[in-house]
Formats: sequence, C-alpha cells, structure tokens
Amino acid sequence: MLADWPLLSLLIWLPLGGAVAVLVAGDRNATAAKWLALLVALATLALCIPLWANFDSTTAAMQFVERVPWVPSFAIEYHLGIDGFSLPLIVLTCIVTVLVIIAGWEVIEYKPSQYLAAFLALAALMNGVFAAQDAILFYLFFEGMLIPMFIIIGIWGGPRRVYATLKFFLYTFLGSVFMLLGLVYLYLKGQSFALADLHSMSLNLTEQTWLFFAFLIAFAVKIPMWPVHTWLPDAHVEAPTGGSMVLAAVMLKVGGYGFIRFSMPIAPDASAEYAWLMILLSLIAVVYIAFVALAQEDMKKLIAYSSISHMGFVTLGLFIAFALVLDKASPDSAALAVQGAMIQMISHGFISAAMFGAVGVLYDRVHSRQIADYGGVMNTIPWIGAFAVLFAMANSGLPGTSGFVGEFMVILAATKASLGVAALAALTLILGAAYTLWLVKRVIFGDVGNQHVAELKDLNGREWIVMSTLAVCVLAIGLWPDPLVQVMQASVEALLQQVQQSKILGG
Amino acid sequence: MITESLLLTIALAPLVGAIIAGLFGRQVGRAGAHTVTILGVAVSTALSLYVLKLIALDGHPDVNLSVYTWFEIGSIKAEVGFLVDPLTAVMMSVVTSVSLMVHIYTIGYMHEDPGYQRFFAYISLFTFSMLMLVMSNNFMQLFFGWEAVGLVSYLLIGFWYKRPTAIFANLKAFLVNRVGDFGFLLGIGLVLAYLGSLDYATVFQKAPELVGQTFNPWGTVEWAVPTLICLLLFVGAMGKSAQVPLHVWLPDSMEGPTPISALIHAATMVTAGIFMVARMSPLYELSEVALSTILVIGSITALFMGFIGIVQNDIKRVVAYSTLSQLGYMTVALGASAYSAAIFHLMTHAFFKALLFLGAGSVIIAMHHEQDLRRMGGLRKYMPITFATAWIGTLALMGFPGTSGFYSKDAILYAVGAADRPGATFAYVCLMIGVAVTAFYSFRMLYLAFHGQERFGHDDHGHGHDDHHGHDDHGHGHGDHKPHETPWVVTLPLILLAIPSLAIGYFTAGPLLFGDFFGSAIHLAEGREPLAAMAEHFGHGPLAFALHGFVTAPVWLALAGAGLATYIYLFNPALADKAKSALAPIHRLLERKYGFDELYQAVFAKGSVLLGRVFWRAGDQTVIDGLMVNGSAALVDRFAHAVRRLQSGFLYHYAFMMILGLIVIVGAFALLK
Repeated sequence: MLADWPLLSLLIWLPLGGAVAVLVAGDRNATAAKWLALLVALATLALCIPLWANFDSTTAAMQFVERVPWVPSFAIEYHLGIDGFSLPLIVLTCIVTVLVIIAGWEVIEYKPSQYLAAFLALAALMNGVFAAQDAILFYLFFEGMLIPMFIIIGIWGGPRRVYATLKFFLYTFLGSVFMLLGLVYLYLKGQSFALADLHSMSLNLTEQTWLFFAFLIAFAVKIPMWPVHTWLPDAHVEAPTGGSMVLAAVMLKVGGYGFIRFSMPIAPDASAEYAWLMILLSLIAVVYIAFVALAQEDMKKLIAYSSISHMGFVTLGLFIAFALVLDKASPDSAALAVQGAMIQMISHGFISAAMFGAVGVLYDRVHSRQIADYGGVMNTIPWIGAFAVLFAMANSGLPGTSGFVGEFMVILAATKASLGVAALAALTLILGAAYTLWLVKRVIFGDVGNQHVAELKDLNGREWIVMSTLAVCVLAIGLWPDPLVQVMQASVEALLQQVQQSKILGG
Repeated sequence: MITESLLLTIALAPLVGAIIAGLFGRQVGRAGAHTVTILGVAVSTALSLYVLKLIALDGHPDVNLSVYTWFEIGSIKAEVGFLVDPLTAVMMSVVTSVSLMVHIYTIGYMHEDPGYQRFFAYISLFTFSMLMLVMSNNFMQLFFGWEAVGLVSYLLIGFWYKRPTAIFANLKAFLVNRVGDFGFLLGIGLVLAYLGSLDYATVFQKAPELVGQTFNPWGTVEWAVPTLICLLLFVGAMGKSAQVPLHVWLPDSMEGPTPISALIHAATMVTAGIFMVARMSPLYELSEVALSTILVIGSITALFMGFIGIVQNDIKRVVAYSTLSQLGYMTVALGASAYSAAIFHLMTHAFFKALLFLGAGSVIIAMHHEQDLRRMGGLRKYMPITFATAWIGTLALMGFPGTSGFYSKDAILYAVGAADRPGATFAYVCLMIGVAVTAFYSFRMLYLAFHGQERFGHDDHGHGHDDHHGHDDHGHGHGDHKPHETPWVVTLPLILLAIPSLAIGYFTAGPLLFGDFFGSAIHLAEGREPLAAMAEHFGHGPLAFALHGFVTAPVWLALAGAGLATYIYLFNPALADKAKSALAPIHRLLERKYGFDELYQAVFAKGSVLLGRVFWRAGDQTVIDGLMVNGSAALVDRFAHAVRRLQSGFLYHYAFMMILGLIVIVGAFALLK
C-alpha cells in the first residue's frame, strides 16, 4: 500500500530528482521545464495525502520511520521520521512550493528552468529538515537549504542582491556553526547523533547552558529574533517574489522548529533557566519591531518586519510554557502556549506567502516596492484589493482567519503566567493592525495615485489560483483549527513531559 | 422547538446572502443581489421573532448548545455554539428587524452607486457577524463576532474608498476599537486563567469563586480579581460602544453611507458593549468598583457628547453625537445594576435612532446629498412622510411621555436616582441635564431641517464653512429642482420603524422591566432591586405611568429644552448667533470636540510613527547594524568587493561559500576529535 512506501524519502528525493530533471530539460524548451516542475511539485504535495491520512495523531512516537546507517564511523544515520510537529510543516512546505512555482510562471524570464529547479531543491531540503531524526542529517539539510535560497536571491534578486545574499548567508551560516559545535560535543559525550538519544542524554546545567546558547544563536538568527534580525528585511527586499514567499513562509519556521526539536528537549533545564531571556526577546520582537514596521516606506520591508514581530509569538509561546508547567503547574495552559506557537508558524506561513505574493503581483506591474508609488489600487485591480484586505486582516489577527488562532492561544496562555507579559504581547492587536492597515490604506484605498496604477491590469488566472488557495488555507485554519490542533496535541504533550524532567543527574 | 438547525439557519441565512452578493455580484446583478440578501435577512428576522415568541410567550426553556469544537487542548476548550435565552432573543429580534429595514431602505439610498452589490454583501455579512456575537455561548465566539462586526464596520466606513476622509475614518475606527479589544482580550485571558473555562455557563457558575481573590501586579499592591476582570472587559465595551475616551471614532464613522450609520453605528453594533456587560452581569455584580467606574464613564459620555450635538451643522453628525450620548445613558444603567433597563433602552433606541438616521438619509437624498442643516429648512411640505416620522423619532428620543424612549429613559433615571454606589449622584445630575440637552439638539435639528425658511437653492449661506458636510455626494451636482419625497423603499422602513418607536415601550415596559422576563439571563446580587422606585409608580400600568410623567422633573426638563429650541429656531433665529458669540470660548471648545482628536492625532498617531522611525534608524540601523554588527558588516562589504573584483559569476560566490563551510566543518571535527 501507499502507506508502506518510504514516503519521507520520496518527499525529499522526488523534488530533488525533479530539480535535476528540470535542469536537464533546460531553457530551450522552457514551457516543458515549467510543466515538469509543476508536476513534480504537485506530485510531492500529493504525497502529503497518504502521509496525513495514515498519520496516527494519538501517539507522539516518530512515524514513517526510515533508518539506515550512513557514516558508521561517526554513527551518522540516514534517519527520517515525523511527529505532530513535523507533519504540518511538511505539508506547508509542499503547498507553498506549488504556489511559488505557479507564481513564477511567466514572471521569471531569465533562466526559468534553473529558477524552478532551485525551488524544487529547496523544497526537498526543507522537507529533509523537518523529517531528519539524525542531528548531522538535520544539519546538512539545515545548511543545504541556504544554497538554493542563496542562488535564488543572488541571481534573480534586486539591485543590491549581492549585499543581501552575503548578509543572509553570513548571518545564518555563522549562526549554525555554533550549533554544529554543540552537536559535535553531544556526539563526543554520547556517541550518537540520533535525536532521540540526544533528548534522553543527561547533562549538567553548565553543559546545558552552553548548548542552549549554541542552539539559540543558530535558531535565533533563522527565526529571526531581535537583535539578530537585520538580515531578513534586506534579504526580502532583494529576493524575487517566490524567494520571499518561501523565505517567510517556511525557512523562518525552521528556527521555531529548531527550538522545539533541539533547545527545549536537549537542554530543558537551561531552557527553563533562560526562559525569561527568551520571553524578553520575544516581547521586544512583538513590540519594538512592530513600531519599526510602522516606519517603513518599502512594502517588502514592512512585511519583513511584520514577520519578525509575528515570529515573536512563536518564541513567546514556546518559552512561556516553561513558566506554565513549572511555576503554575498548569500543563493545559502550557500546551495551549505551544500549540499557539505552532499554529502561529503554520498560519504565518500562509499569510506571509500571501502578502509577499500580493506585493509581487503589484511589483510585476509597477516595478516599485515603495508605498508612495501606489495608491488606489482598488480602483484598477479590485480583486487584488479584496485579497489584500483579507490577508491584511489575517495579518492583524482577525478572528475567523488563521492569524487570530495562534496569537489568541499564546495571549490566553500568557495571561495565566503573567498579565504583564500578556499585555505587552496583546499590544500586537493595536500595533499589528496599525502598520498593516495603514499599508492597505496607502496602497489599496484612495483615489488612483498615479499613471502606473491607472494602467494596472487585473489578476490573471495564475495569480488567482495562488491568492485563492492561500485564502482558503487562511480561512480554513481560522474557522476550524481543531483538526490541526489534534494532529499536534500528542506531540505537544510529550514535549511538555520531556521538558519537565530535569536532565541534571540527581537533580 | 428551538433546534440547532433553526439557530444555524438564523445565523447563516444572511451569510449565504452575503457570499452570493459579494462573490457573484456581477453574475446575479443588482436586483439579484438585493433580492438574495433581503431574502436571507427576512428569513432570519422571521425565525428570530419566532424564537422570541417561543421564549417570551410560550415559556420555552433556555437553549444552550454546541455546534462544533473550535479547539480542545486538555481541559481548555473553545467551541462554537449558541445560547438562546430572553436576552439573546431580544437582541436577535432587534438586530434582524432593524437590519431588514435597512436592507430595504438601501435599495432606494444606494440605487445610483456602482458598489451596489458590494454594499448589500457587507450589510448582510454584518448581520451574520452581529448574530454570532449575540447568540454566542462562549467568550471565543463573542470575540469573533466582536471583531467581525468591527471588520464590517471598517469596510463600510471606507465604502467610498476613494475619499481620503473615509479611509482615514475607517482606519481610525478600527484602531480605536482595537485599543478596546486589547483590554477585552486580556479580560478574557483572566477569565480563563482564574475560572479555567471560556464557556459562559461554566464561568458564570464559578464566578462567585472570584470573590476575595486578589492580584498582585507589583510590590504590595493588591487588586481585586473581579474588579480587574470587569474593568478590562469594560475597556472592550468602551471601544465598541464608544464611551469617553474611546468615543472618537464614532462621529467620523459618519463617512460611511447613511444606511450603515443607522444599522451599525446607531442601532446594533455600537450597542454590543452594552449587551456584553449585561450578558456578563454575574461577573459585574461582583465588583462595586467596576460598576461605579462604568457609572461615571457613562454619565460623562451622556452629558458631554450631548453638548457637542448642539453645535453640529451636519445632519448626520447631530444624530451621531446623540447616539454617543444615548450610549452613555445605557452605560449608566449598567453601572446602576439596572441591566434590564439598559437592554430596554438599547431596544427602544435601536428603533428610534435607526428611524432618525434613515430619516436623515431620506432628507439627504431629497437634498441631493447635501448634509448641511444650514442649507435646509422648510422641508416639511416637500416630504411629509419623512417629516412626520422624524417628529416621532424626535419625540421618542427626548422621552416624551408615552413614546418608547420615555419608558426606557425614565427607567434609567429611576435606577440611577435610587443607586447608592459612589458616582451615582454625579451620574444622576449629568443625566438630568442631559435630558434637557437631548431635547434641545433634537428639536434644533428638526426645526433647521423641516421648519422655517427654505435655505436651499441659493449659494450665499456659508457653504464650505464646515469641513464635514456634503460627504454623501455620489457625484451629481446640486440642481435647482425642488426636493421631493423619497420613494417607497425609503419611506416604508421609516413608517415601519416609527411604529415601534412610538409604541414598543408602552407594550413591553411592564414585562421587560418588572416581570421576570430575563430570568437567569441577568443576574443581580442578593437583595438588589434597581428598579424598585420605578415599580411603585408603574403599578397602575403604562398609561398611568405616562400621565404621571407629566408631573416629574425629567419630562419638564425635556420640555424646557424643546421649548428653548422652539423659541430660538422658530421665532428668534438671531438669538442663536448672539449666544454663539457671547459664549465663543465654549462654542469653540465644543466645535473642537474638547480636542480629543487633535490630542490623539499628535500623541498616538504621529508619536507612534516617530517612535518607529527612532527605533528603526537609531536601533536597527545605527546600533545593531552599525555598531554591533560593525565588524561583520564591514566584512560583508569587503567580501562583496573582493568577490565583485574577481568575477561576476554567481556560481563562484556559491562555491566559495561551500568551501568555506567545508573548512569550518572539517576544522571543527579535527579540533574536537
């Protein structure tokens, strides 16, 4: 049966093989290459159906496990498996990849086959990140992911792409070096790279603290957290639309996933010890970055800052959970916080992809990202206006959209832990709406701003598919989050069990 | 029988209409759009009235059912479900019936507008959202409805999205409401934190557990938990129901088309806060401090917003300030624990204020989208139906004995007069003065529009004096032709609203206020009888009570206000100008609306953007990128230069980085092994 296939391997190797095939097809017959890429992406997405259908949400154990030795001398294994945290992120990756390929269909004229191949490769690597159960395998995917993105921004990016790519690369690369050091340390101590072994390894507080910060640097850059966030606006501004969509929708989530998979279970005592720091940095992201977003004059920068601010809820949810299980003895609230963090990641994946997609639609027509160059888009492209308002509302956390669910859960949980923290986080209700809707006011509403806007053409079928698919996802999660919640619940509970058990021997 | 499918039909029928009119507007056309939405709302109205009948007359028990689980995490559960008790039934009936009137009226009001289908989609979507709000049986869905009506309000205020004033007003409305929601959400968070549930029934049942619990924000300060929760929830109500100091969005919301000013910004949405506090009476009854605060805020709103109504020249803005003031009355009633009086006034106000707004809209149509009262006058002979119904609305608003507004306003005054909690005396004085002020500005508007000289058709009357007039302009000029009565789709709703404005108080005051109508829906603390004083006089029935009204102070105050307006605006117009110059500083203060707008604009709007710039330039660019990452930034720069000099092929960058990466990995292994 389908369920007996090595689905996770297929999720990695199918798009990777597809990428090679698309490269081989080349630009001589660009149309064929595009269709091939789309077919591969759709087939990859189709693999998610048996994956989801056969996923057992009653257990936190790894499922669809594939495990073969790879580099026996270092105990490195080709070890894949997923739980409730991985599954939604893999599905997100596959959906976004299909959309990105559709979005780039006619827009990319320069070497389209390489462009599409890069996205397929990226999808393969991101699926690998979420499925890897071996630390080195994870690390390879984690680093490998940078390469296609680096190429995407570097070749199809804007005028300052070289600066942006190097900043992007150096930041994320330097960050992950520390993680590698941490992993090597763990290997030397336990002779294993299997994540399950690392999770159960006893470590004293000093070791945990070192590891916690090593992981923190890697994941904080990725997600990104204040103050290591400044690479993101630059990367987004220079990236082509598809690059921005994947970067915001999936790549940032790797940071959040890293905290869940590495920092929290491997260094639970240090995580609890420094939860205050994480909460502080999260609140800075939520509040300070929201103000920064308010001051932006470039649409993509604004959305990039908005992403950082929204990712603050992810780290807040994950680390406020420590206060809830340990101080308040309220595991249900802690589960609410972690669920909120996860849903915020999935939701932001769709919303940010949609917002960057919408900006791309405008950019392709007007060739400007400056807010001042727009105004009154509603008059000429009513449909993009309607979608923009919908996604702006989702970004502002309107109930009924996915943007509400995660923030609602995290704020409710945080209130239990500390009203002050909750109040600062809840400022996003005002600030998030302020920068998002002010953007809408200046770009979408008003009288026709200039000649460019007056000549805009309405959405084509391709853009319609991208926007409406994302709209359906955003509304579906917003109106009924329970199916998603239930897929993750067992894993969330298991994680909370794990973080409650001290790893300090005799402690 | 009230079944799940019946309730789902009530809630979803308008949504279906909204979806058809909104997404397939082009296909179904104008007639299709208004037919389908009116049909949807008509179904909801009929079924809501049926539900009201079952609950009110047939003694149907309360219904509390869950439709589906929104999420369930351990013991924390959020559901979508319906609670139908007398309070809900009244709200459902008011919302759907006013909405139905407004739907019909819109056919006439918007018939020239290119966004016809979109408008119908929005008002039906609003009806759905409002129903979800009032029918909810839990806090999550309440918040959903709460924000969804805010969304539709945003869309409708900015309906004419080309106008700078409209898109300024809708952003302002949304953000001010979000300030309220900020408090509201934290209140909900505390409810969950202390009572462990989001479900009304559970929360209300466990509410007494909150008594005596304290919250320690810092140091040795202790706050009573019930007070904290109630005040935070009330912040939400202040935003939605436009109480000072979060009232600033409501007058600006008049930028939207008039039908929604009637539906959303007078009759229904703005009363959501009042409804919410009444719904939460089991919580509010636990906190004297919260109720006192509500009392004071309500009375400030009631009186001081009424004053502003006196100086407005835009017909819609007079009604808007009147709405603010009346919302203040309802809030005061809540503060006096007279929840049933608040809901009663909410209901009567919904009818007579919708009537007044739609009447103002009818005038605006007849005047070819002129809104300035100074350019009207003498309209009574051109539009008799609008004229007659406007009189009815005005009498109800001023509380003329026998009208619906009389019963509801008197109930509030009796309750406040009898209340003994701190702030009650202040509130009583404010409301009494407010009665005279209300009558004065209402009659001023009535006379300026319908009586006296005809001031339209010649352009010598300070045109362009007021920033806010003439916004409802659909783009056709002011012709010389005489105004005429509006078509039946406009006048029919006026007549249908005039009937309850006049009579609903007479028939329902007794059961709603003194019967056990609300049952367990409204909870009063042991021994509390806010309406006992009124009950003494009401014993002989509503007619005797109305006659008795003529010997009480409120009616005389109202008549005094009306009389003064009559003297000034019918007989001695010059006096108005004299008073204006004699009281110039006060007049200016009122025209500037006490300066709230300027203050908020300068401090919050400009201040936030400025703060954002400072954070961005000084924080992100100078400190983080400049200082902290200085080394690596410079490195990046040198890298870029070096690479650029060597070759421009991008593959090279990539290869270079790969090698670098490999060296680091291998090096790390080698060093540590």
